[in-house]
Amino acid sequence: MKVISKIYTVLIFVFLYAPIAVLIAFSFNSTKSRAVFSGFTFKWYESLFQNSEIFKAILVTLQVAIVASILSTILGVIAAVIISKSSKKVGALFSNVTNFPMLNPEIVMGVSLMMLFVFLSGIFSFLSMGVVTLILAHTTFCTPYVMLNVLPKLRQSDNSMYEAAIDLGCTPVKAFLKVVFPDVKPAVITGAIMAFTISIDDFVISYFTSGTVQNLSITIYSMTRKLVTPEINALSTILFVAVLLLLVVINIRQTQEEKRRGAVKKC
Amino acid sequence: MKPKALAYPYSIWVLLFTIIPILLVVFFSFTDKNWNFTFDNIIRVGKYSGVFLKSIGLGGIATAICFLLGYPMAYVMSEMKVKNQQLVSNLIMLPMWISFLLRTYAWMTLLEDNGLINKFLNIIGLPSVHMINTQGAVILGMVYDFLPFMILPIYTVLSQLDKSVIEAAKDLGANNSNLFFRVIFPLSIPGIISGVTMVFVPAVSTFIISKMLGGGENMLIGDLIESQFLGTSYNPHLGSAMSLILMILILICMGIMNQIDNRPSEEKGVVV
Repeated sequence: MKVISKIYTVLIFVFLYAPIAVLIAFSFNSTKSRAVFSGFTFKWYESLFQNSEIFKAILVTLQVAIVASILSTILGVIAAVIISKSSKKVGALFSNVTNFPMLNPEIVMGVSLMMLFVFLSGIFSFLSMGVVTLILAHTTFCTPYVMLNVLPKLRQSDNSMYEAAIDLGCTPVKAFLKVVFPDVKPAVITGAIMAFTISIDDFVISYFTSGTVQNLSITIYSMTRKLVTPEINALSTILFVAVLLLLVVINIRQTQEEKRRGAVKKC
Repeated sequence: MKPKALAYPYSIWVLLFTIIPILLVVFFSFTDKNWNFTFDNIIRVGKYSGVFLKSIGLGGIATAICFLLGYPMAYVMSEMKVKNQQLVSNLIMLPMWISFLLRTYAWMTLLEDNGLINKFLNIIGLPSVHMINTQGAVILGMVYDFLPFMILPIYTVLSQLDKSVIEAAKDLGANNSNLFFRVIFPLSIPGIISGVTMVFVPAVSTFIISKMLGGGENMLIGDLIESQFLGTSYNPHLGSAMSLILMILILICMGIMNQIDNRPSEEKGVVV
């Protein structure tokens, strides 16, 4: 049974990592072909840092991800507070509305926001499609992930502590920040990181709400319609290896900590 | 704390960016170019019912395959040592750090007529298989892109199962298959529902996978909607009608799934 489990795990990982292996291999390909491997080179890694189109796209992606994750974290926490403190009916209403952008098909979310921005840009000129609309759209679909992370922790936190703080003369805002917030802080951070990664990874909604501005995923998409430069493969390889190394470091540190704990127990 | 002070500004936000956009979809669906009320768009969507059926069919098959592949994987993970569980679940999420566009693009290199898989088949003496631009390739792309969303929620539920329940079942004489089908599987249904929703919704509404791996012949609803807004056949009214019907179909599917969910309504929702 154990052998079968191991073989099965390996097979699933072969499936998950096969295209990634191809992608990494072709970042070292000496020609731009995506079908034939014609020789080993590092030149795409060098030219990546001179490619201003990719550089600009990365900048837009980071700009949007940072602002949208901050905004959606604030909104997600507010939503979680409202849902946890309201009556059951009102709470359910807010939770459904907040979750809607996550449950709705991405493409429907994308076209509906596109229509909204087209409509609004007729009234307010600063809302013409671009970085601002990308940030607003990303904030909308990232908020439910923050809310879903924070809400369970907020429900677990002890309400009497908050009430005690109020009785002792705290203002509600101060009581929330000093007493409730430290309890839910880890969940808020997890939610913010989730929002950040989801924003970086998004393509569909960005595609409909970006106008002429190109973030990384849109740049990649327009390349896949023509020819993907191996520089993008190089960029993905760097990112992949960086995250992999991070995981390895975390794993090693955990193992060491466990060993240390084990050693202490033996003493 | 009085949530009201927060509820008003937050209500304005969701009204503006969640409710009004959907109302715009509804409004566009029922109007023509001159903003007159009409049912024409909805009726015209009927012509594309074949595409709708195909999308739901392919998405459904992909979801079923994801479940059949993902459940055993989630189960195997939940039986591992705790440290390895963490490692394996991180490794399942790791591919998501590479843009899904590029991962799907890499499948083209693997699946093409003179792609890597066919070259490998030729080397070991087997004939080439035509794979790219077929429905099978589209299903494969869907399974590949969304499999982690099936594995992780099921794994989360399985790893949090109350071990004493399993011990009790064993003490009361349940054999392995009884233990699985009458105790573990029913308890993991919330995870399955989460997984099925998280795979089915994006699979049915995708427009990238079908474009890259399905060639021109395997148009899905997503491709249709995209071409009404940003493509060649610009018609946001028809596009809105398609979006509206897609949205309603998916909400119905999720409503049915929620009926199967036997938890109290407060705990329902997506397992993150």
